[in-house]
Amino acid sequence: MTPTNPTDECVMLSHGGGGELMSRLIREHLLPPLRNERLAPLADGAVLPRLEGEIVFTTDSYVVTPLEFPGGDIGRLAVAGTVNDLAVMGAEPVAMSLGLILEEGLPLALLDRIVASIAGTAKEAGVEIVTGDTKVIERRAAGAGASASDGLFINTSGVGCLRPGVSLDLAGVRPGDAVIVNGTIADHGLAVMSLRSGIEFDTELRSDAAPLNHLLARVFETGANVRFLRDATRGGIAGVLADISEGTDLSIEVEERRIPISPTARHASEMLGLDPLTVANEGKVVCVVAESDVDTVLSVMRRDPLGKSAACIGHVTDSEPALVELITSAGGRRIVQRPYGEELPRIC
Amino acid sequence: MSEKIEALRGELGTLCERIGRRVQIMEVCGTHTMSIFRTGIRSMLPANLRLVSGPGCPVCVTAQRHIDAAIRLAARDGVIMATYGDMMQVPGRDGSLEKRRATGARIQVINSARSALNLARENVNRQVVLLAVGFETTAPATAATVLEAERDGVENFSVLMCHKLVMPAMLALLEAGDVPLDGFLCPGHVSVIIGADAYRPVVERYGKACVVAGFEPEQILAGLVHLLRQIAEQRVAVENVYPAVVGAQGNLVALELLNRVFVPADTFWRALGVIPRSGLDLLPAYSRFDALRRFEIELGEDEDHPGCRCGEVIQGKVDPDACALFAQECTPLTPIGPCMVSNEGTCAAWYKYNRPAAATARSSSRRVKQ
Repeated sequence: MTPTNPTDECVMLSHGGGGELMSRLIREHLLPPLRNERLAPLADGAVLPRLEGEIVFTTDSYVVTPLEFPGGDIGRLAVAGTVNDLAVMGAEPVAMSLGLILEEGLPLALLDRIVASIAGTAKEAGVEIVTGDTKVIERRAAGAGASASDGLFINTSGVGCLRPGVSLDLAGVRPGDAVIVNGTIADHGLAVMSLRSGIEFDTELRSDAAPLNHLLARVFETGANVRFLRDATRGGIAGVLADISEGTDLSIEVEERRIPISPTARHASEMLGLDPLTVANEGKVVCVVAESDVDTVLSVMRRDPLGKSAACIGHVTDSEPALVELITSAGGRRIVQRPYGEELPRIC
Repeated sequence: MSEKIEALRGELGTLCERIGRRVQIMEVCGTHTMSIFRTGIRSMLPANLRLVSGPGCPVCVTAQRHIDAAIRLAARDGVIMATYGDMMQVPGRDGSLEKRRATGARIQVINSARSALNLARENVNRQVVLLAVGFETTAPATAATVLEAERDGVENFSVLMCHKLVMPAMLALLEAGDVPLDGFLCPGHVSVIIGADAYRPVVERYGKACVVAGFEPEQILAGLVHLLRQIAEQRVAVENVYPAVVGAQGNLVALELLNRVFVPADTFWRALGVIPRSGLDLLPAYSRFDALRRFEIELGEDEDHPGCRCGEVIQGKVDPDACALFAQECTPLTPIGPCMVSNEGTCAAWYKYNRPAAATARSSSRRVKQ
C-alpha cells in the first residue's frame, strides 16, 4: 500500500526484511545520491584497485541527537569523521563504507536529506562510498523527550593510502615544537548542546563539521615537518593536548589568548558552565610541527576556507612533571586535563 | 595580561603587605570557585591571601536523602524524573540517577523548570517530577512553573523541593565560628535575585566584609581588592562591584514569585545538617504539587562515606587535598563526595586545574580513541 501523503512516508520494519521494500528503499533513496561505479552493482563487497604503499583502515560509529543541527547533520559528521581519521593518520582517503541502522518510524524525507548530505560531504572530500548495509530496528520504547527523528545510527569505515615518507608518531614530538589548530574551537559541541537545551544566542552557533583531507594535503605538500596530527573531536582540544603530553611525557604550554574562539562560542560556554577547551569539534585538527615550519603551515592553512583562523596556540616543553598548562588571558596559570565522561551544563 | 588586571594584582599585593597577616576570604558561590581556578586567578594571588570555597554549589549541598528520594521516585512506574544535568552523577546511598537511567528508569535531563512542565504536557499518561535544585537563582523559575501548572491544570506535574537559600547558610557558618574568615566574596548570580542589601546582617551582626562581584577575572580581582581595602582600613561594609547587574534590593518580581509560592522551611544540607529556614517548602495552596506528598515518600537519613570530608570542604574548614580520598579513590570518574561530582564543586576544581592534583591523577587516566 502506498501512503496517500508522501510526506508521511516513513521507514517500516519491512524495509529491513530483505524483500522488495528493502530493495526499493535502496534503489530509490540510497543509490541515486550516492551512485558510483563501485557501489552500483550492489554486490556483497566492493573491489578496490591495487593501492600503492601502506594502507590505513579506520572505523567509527555516529549517534547524535538531534540528527540535524546548524552547520551539519549526522550524515556530514559520519563522512567527515572517517575522512578526518584517515587524514590525521597521514593518509589520502580512498574509499568508505556506509552502514545505516534505521529505526522504524524515521521519516523518509529526513532520511533523504541525510543521505544527500552524506553524498555531498563525500563529494567535497573526494571519497566514494563503495559498499554499504542497511538494517531496520524496531521502534525503541520512546525515552522521555525522545522523538521519531532520533532513530538513525551510522557506521562508516574508511580505507586510505599512507602518504609516502609520512610518519606521524608521538615519538617524533620534541620540546620546542609548535602546536597549531586550524580554526575556532568548540563550535560543534556548543551548537548541538544549545540546540538541545533550547538556548538561543544572538549569532547562530554552527557546527564546524567538515572533511579536512584537502587542507591537510596542502600542509603535507609544503614538505613541512609535521610531527603529529589529531582531530579534536570529543574531549575537545584539551583531550588531544592531554594525549600528546601523556604519550610523549612532555609538557605543553598553551596561551589562552591565542586560541581561536568565536565570541558567541565563548559566551555560550560561559552560560553553560563549560570549558571550551573540552568541547567537541568536528572540523578541527591539532598539529604538532617543527617550530621552524610554523609560518609555512599557518600560511597554507589560512589560504583554505577551513583554516582561515588557524593559529599557533602554544609549544611543547620539557618542564616537569609532564602536564598541559594554560596561560590564561588574565595572566594566570592552570593545568588542562581531558574531560571526564559527559560534560553537563550546570544548574545556574 | 591587561593593564587593568596588572594594576588590580599590584594593589592586592600592596594591600596584603599593609595588612601584614594572613587574610582568609570565602567565595560563597560555586561559579566563583570554578572561575577562580579556570581563569588562573588562584595562581596570581599574594601568598598570604587565602581563598576558601563556601557552601554555594547547589549540587554539593543537596542532601543524600534528597538524591535517594529522587532515585526512588524515578524507579516508580509511570514516573519521569526531570533533572538538571549536573545532578545525574551525584552518588546517593545506592547508585546515582545516571546509573538508574542506564538500567531503565525514565530520567530526562532538562535545562529549565519550564521544560519539565512541557515534558508533563507531552506525556499526559505519566507523572513528571522536577528535581528542583539550586539557590535563589533557580527557585523563582520553579515558582513560576508551579503557578503555570496550577493555572493550566497540569496535574501530572510535581516538584521534589530541594531548593536552598544562601544567606541562612552563610549565617550558620558564622554562627558556628569554626572557620576564621575576614570577609565574603558574595555570589553574583544569587545577588541579582536577593540584592546586595541582603548581606547586611553579615556585616552588622558578625562584622565581616562583603563584596558582590561578577565572574570575569577582572571583576573577581576587583572584588578582592575591595575586600582587602576594607580589611586594611579596618572597616566593614557591603560593597557591590557588579552594579550593572546587581541592585541593592534585588529582583522584586522574582522575590515576589518566591513569596507567592514558597515558604521558608528548615532543611537538611549535605554534611552541614539542618539549617533553620534555609530551604523552601510549597505553600499549602500549592502543596498538591509536592512530589514527596503526592507519592508518599519519606526522606531517609544521609549515610556519607566515612572518609569523605566534603562537609568540611563545603564549610571552608579544609582544602580538598586534606582528604585522604581526594585524587585517590575519589576522582571525577569515581566521585565519592558531591564536591567532586559537580562541575562547580571545590574538589573538582582542585582536581581539574591544580598542578599537584593533576600530577597524581596522570597515572590513573588513559586516553580514549577520538
